[in-house]
Amino acid sequence: MAAVLDVQNLKTYFHTEYGLVKAVDGVSFQINQGEIVGLVGESGCGKSVSILSVMQLIPTPPGEIVDGKVLFEGDNLLQYKANGPQIRAIRGSKITMIFQEPMTSLNPVLTICRQLTESLELHLDMDRQAARERAIELLKMVGVPDAASRVDDYPHQFSGGMRQRVMIAMALSCNPMIIFADEPTTAVDVTTQAQLLELMKDLVTRQNASLVIVTHNLGVVARYAQRIYVMYAGRIVESGLSEDIFGHPHHPYTIGLLNSVPRLGEKHGTRKLVPIDGLPPDLINMPPTCAFLPRCTYKVEKCQKEPWPALRAVGDQHYISCYVDIREK
Amino acid sequence: MEAKQNNLMVEVQNLKMYFPITRGLLRRHVADVKAVDDISFEIKKHETLGLVGESGCGKTTTGRCILRLYNPTSGNIFFAGHDISTIPERKVKPLRAQMGAIFQDPFGSLNPRQTAGSIVGDPLKVHNMATGSELEDRATELFRLVGLDPSMMDRVPHEFSGGQRQRIGVARALACSPSLVICDEPISALDVSIQAQIINLLEELQERLGLTYLFIAHDLAVVQHISDRVAVMYLGRIMELTTSEELYENPLHPYTRALLSAIPIPDPIAERTRMRIVLKGEVPSPVNPPPGCHFHPRCQLAIADCSAARPPLRDIGGGHFVACIRV
Repeated sequence: MAAVLDVQNLKTYFHTEYGLVKAVDGVSFQINQGEIVGLVGESGCGKSVSILSVMQLIPTPPGEIVDGKVLFEGDNLLQYKANGPQIRAIRGSKITMIFQEPMTSLNPVLTICRQLTESLELHLDMDRQAARERAIELLKMVGVPDAASRVDDYPHQFSGGMRQRVMIAMALSCNPMIIFADEPTTAVDVTTQAQLLELMKDLVTRQNASLVIVTHNLGVVARYAQRIYVMYAGRIVESGLSEDIFGHPHHPYTIGLLNSVPRLGEKHGTRKLVPIDGLPPDLINMPPTCAFLPRCTYKVEKCQKEPWPALRAVGDQHYISCYVDIREK
Repeated sequence: MEAKQNNLMVEVQNLKMYFPITRGLLRRHVADVKAVDDISFEIKKHETLGLVGESGCGKTTTGRCILRLYNPTSGNIFFAGHDISTIPERKVKPLRAQMGAIFQDPFGSLNPRQTAGSIVGDPLKVHNMATGSELEDRATELFRLVGLDPSMMDRVPHEFSGGQRQRIGVARALACSPSLVICDEPISALDVSIQAQIINLLEELQERLGLTYLFIAHDLAVVQHISDRVAVMYLGRIMELTTSEELYENPLHPYTRALLSAIPIPDPIAERTRMRIVLKGEVPSPVNPPPGCHFHPRCQLAIADCSAARPPLRDIGGGHFVACIRV
């Protein structure tokens, strides 16, 4: 499979009054065609900043993409200006995004129709009427009942789940190659979450597009993602096939995360959760050593002396950034 | 009506909580939001009862009625020998000292201008249970109890992390040594790696202090982990109530089944073989709930009778209650 998107050594820093925040510090990942990829991590680990950097939606200042390459269709996107014509031709058309909060990412004073047709007119050169018909078609496709009349409604007339469907329709409108979904189901209930995830998977598969699900919920990616990247403190600490990440996690952080979530069906009182001690690190003044070190239960002497380890292979397509070999328990 | 047994901490009978919708200058009463629509359940002493359901199902309202933060429309809530729903306001205060509450948002539920120590000590002042150095000693003790360093007592909330802030919330809830603690989504605003710390803390405290919990959350996996029994709510009503093992191994109500199947589990191999029931449509409005069983418009098993009358919550044996005529 050919990679449609190849991100290499991406570094995005924020200059704040408290100091330099290395939100993303040397992240590399590849997205293959037709693949569903999970990008997992806790808040502040840099997962959203990574994809916003790819889309060049980082507010500058205070943010700054200081290094790295984003290769898409043989072109390094980072060589173009964030608001230049090259990026604008790709953003919202070939690479699109579904945001977390459908309440705030839709414009409350424009009708759904207007918001859906904007990118159709802009990127596909449709006229008003054709764009409107396409918008209705899109709403039907994402399962909005009575699409022909609801297309003229405003966002507040839609429920949270329906609004997120509109966001999905918008992301799919120009037949994109890559869709970034940033916590697409965090703001909705579990049964709605199931509806939306199934819908996204079906539509993406049908269009042979790639989907990147950014989430903190390990369960969400377990079902849908073929490959997973686990992020911590601005770096990727483990990556691999979904079965390997969940079945044979190697990085202490991934192991910790999996041990700290309650699983459905466990008998009450049989297993005590094992939390990860301590707190996620402060991204200002990070030590040169592994950022997970203070919370790690597997640390060895080498961890205290050496810099943050580079990713190394521990299996087929399975990489970790850790010095320790943890034998499976 | 009277409270039945004395091994019960709380007994809720036919609780209804309707919020009126008013229109116009005269605030004409036009409709009701039926947030809680005639529910009954019990919380036994020293147990954790989980209350689970999607947003808008009335789980938080139920918790707030027990705390008498709302005056219920009708029904009875027995706690410590009193009917909380009807006793006069002035008699509620001493009862509230026996109840603690932990809230969802550790950012919004702590006064940003108050020091952590005084937040934790406040309930003691309100209930005249301690003053001066006694108050300080108790606050120190509470800080230790929840795993916070007492030297941080003079800090204000923003100086703490989310998990630490929730620990302050737990300490405040325990200040008056309550017997019952209402935990309303206590971990959903926290990071994944921190959630387990708070769950473990709540479990340890329950063991040490013999607490009774009403644990309200939308995450069934978490609820099942911490609860002895679980009540599943949908649109203001209890659909199923049983032990947490039974709920997972033998879910009977079609809504419970759908809810269980919708929860993603972090195991790709199990996920692929698992049956998934994706519900059609959305939760109807609690202003105009469907007739009969509230779930019938989305139910796969629904028949004509389902819309005719409300199915009673019946015991099908072993304390497994289900409100469905099709099982």
